[in-house]
Amino acid sequence: MTKIKAFIGPAVFLTFAAGAATAGTLGDVKGRDVLKCGVNTGFAGFAYPDSSGRWQGFDVAICRAVAAAVLGDQDKIEFVPTTGETRFTALTSGEIDVLPRNTTWTFTRDVDLKFTFAGVNYYDGQGFMVRKDLGVTSAKELDGATICVQTGTTTELNLADYFKTQGISYQPVPIQTPAEADQQFLGGACDAYTTDASQLATQRGTYPNPADYIILPEIISKEPLGPVVRQGDDEWADVVRWTYNALVAAEEYGVTKKNIDEMSSSENPEVRRLLGTEGDLGRMLGLDADWAKRAIAANGNYGEIFAETIGVGTPANIERGLNALWINGGLQYSPPFR
Amino acid sequence: MTSIDVSREQFRLSMLLYDTRYRSLTIQVVAMIALMSAAAWLVNNTVENLSALGKDFSFRFLGQRAGYDISQTLIPYTNDDTHARAALVGIVNTLLVAFVGCLLATAIGVTMGVLRLSRNWIVARLAAVYVDGFRNIPVLLWILATMAVITDTAPAPSAFRGDNATASMIFGSVAVTNRGVYVPWPIFGPGWQIVVGTFLLSVIAILVFGRWAKARQDATGQILPTFWIKLGLFVLPVLIADQIAGRPISLDYPELQRFNFEGGGFLDKSFIALTLALSLYTGAFIAEAVRAGIQAISRGQSEAAAALGLRSGRIMSLVILPQALRVIIPPLISQYLNLTKNSSLAIAVGYADVRATLGGITMNQTGRELECMLLLMGFYLILSLLISGTMNWYNARVALKER
Repeated sequence: MTKIKAFIGPAVFLTFAAGAATAGTLGDVKGRDVLKCGVNTGFAGFAYPDSSGRWQGFDVAICRAVAAAVLGDQDKIEFVPTTGETRFTALTSGEIDVLPRNTTWTFTRDVDLKFTFAGVNYYDGQGFMVRKDLGVTSAKELDGATICVQTGTTTELNLADYFKTQGISYQPVPIQTPAEADQQFLGGACDAYTTDASQLATQRGTYPNPADYIILPEIISKEPLGPVVRQGDDEWADVVRWTYNALVAAEEYGVTKKNIDEMSSSENPEVRRLLGTEGDLGRMLGLDADWAKRAIAANGNYGEIFAETIGVGTPANIERGLNALWINGGLQYSPPFR
Repeated sequence: MTSIDVSREQFRLSMLLYDTRYRSLTIQVVAMIALMSAAAWLVNNTVENLSALGKDFSFRFLGQRAGYDISQTLIPYTNDDTHARAALVGIVNTLLVAFVGCLLATAIGVTMGVLRLSRNWIVARLAAVYVDGFRNIPVLLWILATMAVITDTAPAPSAFRGDNATASMIFGSVAVTNRGVYVPWPIFGPGWQIVVGTFLLSVIAILVFGRWAKARQDATGQILPTFWIKLGLFVLPVLIADQIAGRPISLDYPELQRFNFEGGGFLDKSFIALTLALSLYTGAFIAEAVRAGIQAISRGQSEAAAALGLRSGRIMSLVILPQALRVIIPPLISQYLNLTKNSSLAIAVGYADVRATLGGITMNQTGRELECMLLLMGFYLILSLLISGTMNWYNARVALKER
């Protein structure tokens, strides 16, 4: 008897627990007064806890902006570190509300895995990094090499496709986290390390002698990275999408962390609508009028975030490139706030 | 004479609760209903949540192209094969770790268990340190530590290059690198069937000879030097057959190419780290089971055997161990099961077991969490039942025959 009772207890508990997560995510987040944000386990420049344990980085800034917009405080966040393999399960199961974790927007993920991509905060592509003294200048010369690749990623599939089309062979070494990749790659257990070029650059920036490593010229894929939410909750997807758009629009109109108060009384109606001094865009989103203002004030506009976390001069030292605003020849473009 | 009138008591509903004849039945029925409705709710909840997410429940994904490469493939596999094939590659890899791990763990465990009872103080203490050290630290840490040791201490293949290479191959044929171990591997040329056939015949001959020698010993009491004769039977015919057939089996040696050693056989370091750590960890538990088994045999047994004039090695192998096996086997079964299930920690070192292919990459690429997890659980359940079934059969054979 005791055995049966002991079984029923948890079973009933589980059923109740599983039945709970059905309300809208926006309502859940407000009710909980904390945003659950799925981030990388530690990836310099994009998502990492600093020396005081506070999460920092380009991807983390998205979460901070959303938390500031919805909850009024960019620190009301519970960060959930996820690996390439665990991230989707965490999102589907409701363990996290949003996943800004250098995740590539693909057809299957969008359509079959039932996710919604709320935008592209970084246009990336997959590259290869090797030691300079290996004497390799092109990915086509990597026949027979041992290559470290993050498992459970699009990178893994691109790698297989690329070597197949080139008609050359390789030995994969599956790894889980960027830290593990560093250990294997720096120790010489793999000849090359492949992942998104932005990640290669940021990781190289943390190495003892960054100049000893080169990133090969071939970019073998398109990797549009962006924040992901569950499909079917359009209200929440809108909140994340337009918070991100607000950061991009702010850069376009010159709204920065510093001048945001003066800009509220700007002559430009678009800026006034963005910052809530005109119209009621916030209410339409289910938020208050100052939502975008708080989101921008948290860590600055898109350009400020980029420059501070991964831009030129930081260890990652990444040029804006494709991620420049459309008016500067890049791809970052926000639909109008109207 | 008075006859006792047994009147049938009228059945009342309250008797279901208060009458001990019915009470246990009532409780069982109530518990069963509760259990089944809980299960029904769970299933219903899953179905509803899946449909709310717009997902269906189907295993069609197993027939789709996998598209990823696997680091260790014992059966032919390319990224054009299906997810089912990738899962099978993972299953074979899991079986390999489980099989090699169990053998190694048994060898380590029996040795250490016997050594722990040694009269030599240092030997007994060292065995105790091994047992307590490995038993009391989580196996995941041992796996990671073994991996780190291999990665950080073994040289990279490039260290073998050049005139003043810092590393060299052992016996000129085995290369221990931080990517794994490259070993010579046999190539089967034409006529290899003769050699392999001879080998199988000599194995049969060894078994037949063993039985004959035992029967002869039982009848006459004479002991033959069976070990040397068996060794001769094992080695000589194969060598002779190899010469006669014109040496069809040769060795392929690994050679350093542009990036890696090519040719020969390759033991991936993740395989080595995982198998070694699992064997050492499980071996510590087996050592304790072996020690308990030996100590369960009363001292009188070994004293009686000594009085008959048996040497201590023979006392152990002929008197103590056969009886100790009855005590050792049941805990040994659960250790084998533990090792097999613990092999799913392979993902920590990037070994491509079934958890990493089906439950890792395939699950991630297709988004079929529920289906993949059910398949995985089914696989481990079947494997564990097979292992315990086999071991229980063996246990029944060595168990004390009571008449």
